[in-house]
Amino acid sequence: MYKLLLCLRYLRTRYIALASIISVMLGVATMIVVNAVMSGFAREMENRIHGILSDVVLETRSLSGELDDQRHKEAILEVAGDAVEAMTTTVVVPAMLSFRYGDNWINRQVQLIGIDEDTVCGVSDFAKYLQHPENRRQPSFLLHERGYDVRDPLGGEEAPLRPQMASAGWEHRRRMAQWRALEERLKQAEAGRTGAAPAPAGTAPQGPVPYDPFAQHRPDESAQFDPARQQHPGAILGLILATYRTPGSAEDHFLLLPGDDVTLTFPNAPQGEPPKIISRNFTVVDFYQCKMSEYDSSFVFVPMRTLQELRGMIDPASGLARFNSIQIKLKPGQDGQRVRDRLRGAFDPRFYVIQTWRDKQGPLLAAVQMETAILNVLLFLIIAVSGFGILAIFFMIVVEKTRDIGILKSLGASAWGVMWIFLGYGLSLGLVGSGVGMVLGLQVAWHINDVADWLGRLTGKPVFDPSVYYFYRIPALVNPWTVAWIVLGAVGIAVLASVLPALRAAMLRPVESLRYE
Amino acid sequence: MTALALGANRPTAISPPAELQAVGLKKTFRKGTVEIPVLKGATVSIRRGEFLAIVGQSGSGKSTLLHLLGTLDAPDEGEIWLRGRRIDNLPARQRDNLRNRHFGMIFQFYHLLPELTTLENVLVPLMIGRSVWEYLRQRRRHQRRARELLEVVGLSARLKHKPRELSGGEMQRAAIARALVAGPQILLADEPTGNLDQVTGQEILEILGSLNRQQKLTIVMVTHDPAIAARADRVVRLVDGRLECP
Repeated sequence: MYKLLLCLRYLRTRYIALASIISVMLGVATMIVVNAVMSGFAREMENRIHGILSDVVLETRSLSGELDDQRHKEAILEVAGDAVEAMTTTVVVPAMLSFRYGDNWINRQVQLIGIDEDTVCGVSDFAKYLQHPENRRQPSFLLHERGYDVRDPLGGEEAPLRPQMASAGWEHRRRMAQWRALEERLKQAEAGRTGAAPAPAGTAPQGPVPYDPFAQHRPDESAQFDPARQQHPGAILGLILATYRTPGSAEDHFLLLPGDDVTLTFPNAPQGEPPKIISRNFTVVDFYQCKMSEYDSSFVFVPMRTLQELRGMIDPASGLARFNSIQIKLKPGQDGQRVRDRLRGAFDPRFYVIQTWRDKQGPLLAAVQMETAILNVLLFLIIAVSGFGILAIFFMIVVEKTRDIGILKSLGASAWGVMWIFLGYGLSLGLVGSGVGMVLGLQVAWHINDVADWLGRLTGKPVFDPSVYYFYRIPALVNPWTVAWIVLGAVGIAVLASVLPALRAAMLRPVESLRYE
Repeated sequence: MTALALGANRPTAISPPAELQAVGLKKTFRKGTVEIPVLKGATVSIRRGEFLAIVGQSGSGKSTLLHLLGTLDAPDEGEIWLRGRRIDNLPARQRDNLRNRHFGMIFQFYHLLPELTTLENVLVPLMIGRSVWEYLRQRRRHQRRARELLEVVGLSARLKHKPRELSGGEMQRAAIARALVAGPQILLADEPTGNLDQVTGQEILEILGSLNRQQKLTIVMVTHDPAIAARADRVVRLVDGRLECP
């Protein structure tokens, strides 16, 4: 009982110990906040990656692909049918995206992905990242009249407005067509005035015809294509491909809008001869923004069947098409790695690569995990340092309390009892410090954005720059187990640090401390 | 050789029955390489209910003797017997228990715990001797006993005061109450008036005297002042590490 009483009294009256309480508190709070933010970022990223990639992906090693996805799907079902919920086929090919902006042509290197819009939604979150509400329900490669979101649908209230998107759709397409026609007429009139022979429409153009420089590749495309009423095959562009940002701002400026035409250039997939270049116009029908800039800046989605036809991937004899990958969604609770290993046993590794989504983004996820681990080690060292603070302060207190220890022993307290006073004191310091630290840390983690805003106002420099991260709020995820481990560790260190002083107190001989003042 | 001979005999055979007995106590302190012998075979026998004063000059080893009697320290040689039981070689736990229940100690500098109130200071021996649950179950009884004792020493009005708010005499009264709270048979007093003015010192001696007379408490008091020693039933003198009866 006296141990408890004295612990509590020392806790209340020794203000020097407050220093160690504060250092434990700060250490614990920092660790909780950093862990919450790191796991928030990691979760955000994993969600994104997982949303884009399906659970397991089967890819062909050959860019030309393998024949007959149906047969492959049946083989997959045979091997792991109990685990598979849905599958979709895709065709993937590197390509170049070209479009006109003002008088300039802009070229970008992209990953052209042919998707089956009917089955893709069963496998990944593809639809969730589109900008038209109808497309988010059921993706389509047909241009909508209007109704594209003027605010990032995943950004919440903080996302800046995108006023340009208000006019996107057929409305924009018709206006652009009018404008281009006017431009054409003006040019012809000018050419007529200067006396140069105007090139008749529909024949191979010489000289600058800015609208379609690849027209010669497509003799089938008739001259009566009316851009005001017709669209090319639809393409869904990664948002970063079509926008730019000014530094320090989260606002997207659009170079292209749904309704504009773009040209995609890519190799075909011939059998037994070198590939040739195919070029074809597409109409932008929507944007894709999953906020993984790696994907947003390189993915272009087009209808798979169109891509297969253009690349010559359809076998004329049998009518079967070749494909590049099959994405597999697993039933809830299925272990992706086990399914992957089963599939690896069934498909020849010389022709197929089978990976889980984690495998595909392995280095990135591993890097984040390693960063978290190293940060944790470093931050835990802070708490360890505060442990040494406790050690030093406790030695001081033991020296200061030598007489009191002698008194207690003369009153019959055992060496163990005296030791427990100081161990208990260390324990209560640790408990109070980490308890307050936990409350502080959790509060900061839960209100991390307010804190960041406040810090930003205080320093005049935003702490969290959304233009860097493509999300507008700092994600924080508090994992109760992590918090429990941190608190436990801090309390453990406080107790460990008090062991030596406590032992020293226990060893004191009562007489020595009582004899002289 | 006398010490050895006495140690070999059963001291209980000596009559009248002794409450506390020290036989041939030797104690040497070391300061670096220098050895300072303080006690060189002190032998004393204290009867039940006796008020014994041990007189000696400063540095003569009276405090050391008292600490040995109260098992706060272990003698280099010699034996200490309490009611026919040897106590100087008991295991630490039993010696702790003896100090808690059989001996009460008061000191020249009072030695109250500065963080605790008067009442809490008096309660400390009861807390030490009991587990938390035992103590809490009988908390009211213990507090009543502590209040009674503080009333006996005249401190009822100072229960909630911290030691630094008390005068020297008040602190020594609180120390006496603390020494008595666990119901000891023997009170060991180390210069109890050494730091008090004459009037307050007399009051403290008054209290000790009445405890001895009314409650038959055995008291061993060391002092350098023969006038104070004169209040005791019997006085022994500590000279050159040995005790002699004047």
